[in-house]
Amino acid sequence: MTSSALKPVAEPAITPELIADHGLKPDEYQRILDLLGREPSFTELGIFSAMWNEHCSYKSSKKWLRTLPTKAPWVIQGPGENAGVIDIGEGLAAVFKMESHNHPSFIEPYQGAATGVGGILRDVFTMGARPVAALNALRFGDPEHPKTRRIVRGVVSGIGGYGNAFGVPTVGGETNFHPAYDGNPLVNAMAVGLARTDGIFYAKASGVGRPIVYLGAKTGRDGVGGATMASAEFGEDVEEKRPTVQVGDPFTEKRLLEACLELMATGAVVAIQDMGAAGLTCSAVEMGDKGDLGVRLDLDKVPTREAHMTAYEMMLSESQERMLMALHPELEDVARAIFEKWDLDFAIVGETIAEDRFLILHGNEVKADLPLKALSGSAPEYDRPWSETPAAEPLGPVEAPMGSMEALRKLLGSPDLCSRRWIWEQYDHQVMADSVQLPGGDAAVVRVHGTNRGLAMTVDVTPRYCKANPRRGGAQAVAETWRNLTAVGAKPLAITDNLNFGNPEKPEVMGQFVACVQGIGQACEALDYPVVSGNVSLYNETDGAAILPTPAIGGVGVIEDLAQMTTLALKQADRVLVLVGPNGCWLGQTLYLREILGREAGDAPPVDLLAEKRAGDFVRRSIQGGLVAACHDLSDGGLAVAAAEMALAGGLGADLDAPPQGSEPHRWFFGEDQGRYLIETEAPEALLQAADRAGVAARIVGRTGGEALVLAGESAPLEELREIREGWLPAYMRGEA
Amino acid sequence: MKSAVLVFPGSNCDRDMAVALERVSGRKPKMVWHKEAELPLGVDLAVVPGGFSFGDYLRSGAIAARSPAMRAVADFAARGGMVLGVCNGFQVLTEAGLLPGALMRNAGLDFLCKPVELIVEETQSPFGRGYEAGARIRLPIAHHDGRYVAEAETLDRLEGESRVAFRYAEEVNGSERRIAGILSENRRVLGMMPHPERAIEAILGGVDGLPMFETLTQEAA
Repeated sequence: MTSSALKPVAEPAITPELIADHGLKPDEYQRILDLLGREPSFTELGIFSAMWNEHCSYKSSKKWLRTLPTKAPWVIQGPGENAGVIDIGEGLAAVFKMESHNHPSFIEPYQGAATGVGGILRDVFTMGARPVAALNALRFGDPEHPKTRRIVRGVVSGIGGYGNAFGVPTVGGETNFHPAYDGNPLVNAMAVGLARTDGIFYAKASGVGRPIVYLGAKTGRDGVGGATMASAEFGEDVEEKRPTVQVGDPFTEKRLLEACLELMATGAVVAIQDMGAAGLTCSAVEMGDKGDLGVRLDLDKVPTREAHMTAYEMMLSESQERMLMALHPELEDVARAIFEKWDLDFAIVGETIAEDRFLILHGNEVKADLPLKALSGSAPEYDRPWSETPAAEPLGPVEAPMGSMEALRKLLGSPDLCSRRWIWEQYDHQVMADSVQLPGGDAAVVRVHGTNRGLAMTVDVTPRYCKANPRRGGAQAVAETWRNLTAVGAKPLAITDNLNFGNPEKPEVMGQFVACVQGIGQACEALDYPVVSGNVSLYNETDGAAILPTPAIGGVGVIEDLAQMTTLALKQADRVLVLVGPNGCWLGQTLYLREILGREAGDAPPVDLLAEKRAGDFVRRSIQGGLVAACHDLSDGGLAVAAAEMALAGGLGADLDAPPQGSEPHRWFFGEDQGRYLIETEAPEALLQAADRAGVAARIVGRTGGEALVLAGESAPLEELREIREGWLPAYMRGEA
Repeated sequence: MKSAVLVFPGSNCDRDMAVALERVSGRKPKMVWHKEAELPLGVDLAVVPGGFSFGDYLRSGAIAARSPAMRAVADFAARGGMVLGVCNGFQVLTEAGLLPGALMRNAGLDFLCKPVELIVEETQSPFGRGYEAGARIRLPIAHHDGRYVAEAETLDRLEGESRVAFRYAEEVNGSERRIAGILSENRRVLGMMPHPERAIEAILGGVDGLPMFETLTQEAA
């Protein structure tokens, strides 16, 4: 880009309009005046807006996030760093986090999603970990909405385009469609990395006079004000915001990864922070704040991509693939050589100082001179008014307008249950040659390189449950990840949460947030499954309409011996299928209700966390004890859908018995009661006895075999069901569905 | 077998290839940085691995083909050395002129990652000797630019000289004559889009890549 036309301009005067444009409320601006005892400069105003927006300051959510359980003996680092860290044994740690890139992905789907992946990968390798897996949670609008198809295509190719080139396998995720996301699709990206427990790096600087080094790509004008944009609702002017979206360069990111890991191995790094939201501002302030130090930056030293960039632009740019590091000065030459090897910019742009001061110099002028601690420490914090979500109306009797097999056909071909193959075939899910459980199962499993251990991971939430009953929905999301990890034989260890909600200034939205967080907390507590990292995305509204409350949960667990891993694919004919957990009954907020009867009604299914734990611990023990040939958790679509997925994955039929006396077939086959698993076993007696001893409900519900799925005598060939399930998404993307 | 694996800044299957080579041959390969102008002495096999060598935003493999290490590989090939290029490595080998034709954007325009069935068409070279002629094997693909194209004359010649190493059993990416991998005239250079290094363990989904690494090891012994 040529920028000769963009000469530096005199800094604008601070007016109420300018303050409002920076997303600062009048009382927040007053707080700035009180803090400084003077009017801020233009650059300073920009810095405050970057630090105090919702995205960076968590000002609406902090009060509630503090209530979440974050500790366990295996937690090495909880929330507050770039990513969470847990001990996974043998001197190794898993480093992971999930983060949203919702607003940018709506404005520019490919780049928005791509840079979302880039940002979360950086969060992980900033901690010293090599990313070994990526996942994502995607919510799109109604398939009929004119923008949906284009957004799906852009987001999926953006995620693939970045992850594939970077070289991390994208191994899992989930995708939903709902009209509530028409104007606010959600792109939540999760990354998981591996590090040695004694090789974790943090943002906290220590020592005065440490050189602060700028690494990676050059700074341009892209993304100036992006974090502020991400903290506002959309109106009709959304297209005008396209220039605030950054452009991703996975090739630079890949080099940055290798250079950072190489540099970390030399011992030269004191502190490291990636430049994500609010770029240089946020990273420098965090580094100083955590180390109780001040920071001086000389912007004349910052590598820029465009001429005549102002201090304001440099401090707020969200150009991608950049890092800030504090170095041991004596190893500067070693560090510089590594970055030169990878052809990346390396520039000393400042140093740590003793005073509590954030001093920004540019062209022999002081552009900002602020108390550093106050920038994060004095950020506003709100206890926003919230209202309890009204209890759902009771559902009443539900008719069954068609036979069970006909309903199953409809469900398998529906947008929320059909195969996601079209999506994950665009992701390289095998690079690094350690992916031992690929997309399409309950949880993805990646082998810990060079060992026989596996890291299991999954992403889940059921937003329609959260809408009907946020507390239950929050707990259910956590429980479902825990169950998915359990179903592959893993011990669930910790979660990352990505809390996507509407405008927190509306009490009913804030009420959804509060109750979801409470539900998440209860489940984490009951399942001994703490939160170690997370991200909050608020203001997901367009023209005043909010998304469904969507607290996406990413769970991580460990399989100690991969020989004990199980999959959902049916393995052998003439074996017994055992249902673990309660009988199917609950139809409120189910996909059956929505897809077959066209109703979104009733309450979300109850979540009995004690029963959940008992059932899961029993299933995991049974897997380890060799009693389980195949295992699948029951979730959307209930028993019949789970059986169909197992049969299709294994290419082997199944025959499900008629429901027991007194149970209605549609409740039995499609109820979404929680805490349930379907298991193929060759030792049914041993399994049922063990269940009895463990106080877990279990019963035989069918047998494997043949080339058809049978529901209480109604049969459909597997090939027909496969075509239905595989058909919808590719046809939709071709414009034929 | 002494082997060398080239490493470009955007290579991302270099480690996977090194693991496969070591697993089968028992020797760790030497990793050769793209700025190095010579291959290590006594190397039997040079491998150009998969990935996105220099970002490959414009023409996959074009910049890598002009790197010092690739000039060394070209010299090595001219002396009769064995060279394997997988995925991005195949793209680099065609860009470097070591193999004819070019790899263009997939016909469906999307990146494709999945296991595919291949027909083994050639069993005389050190790459194909371990397979039965006409055998059907399964290897994963993961590429955006995998559509093999060449002039009809070149294609006829490749077929006539039995230099098509692997063919997709079904249409995958729009490649001419469903070509998935080709050999040089002396059968010592193989370029292929599918990833044999991702198919060396049952837990990864299959072992059909093993015979290739086994016969390469024998050839070098």
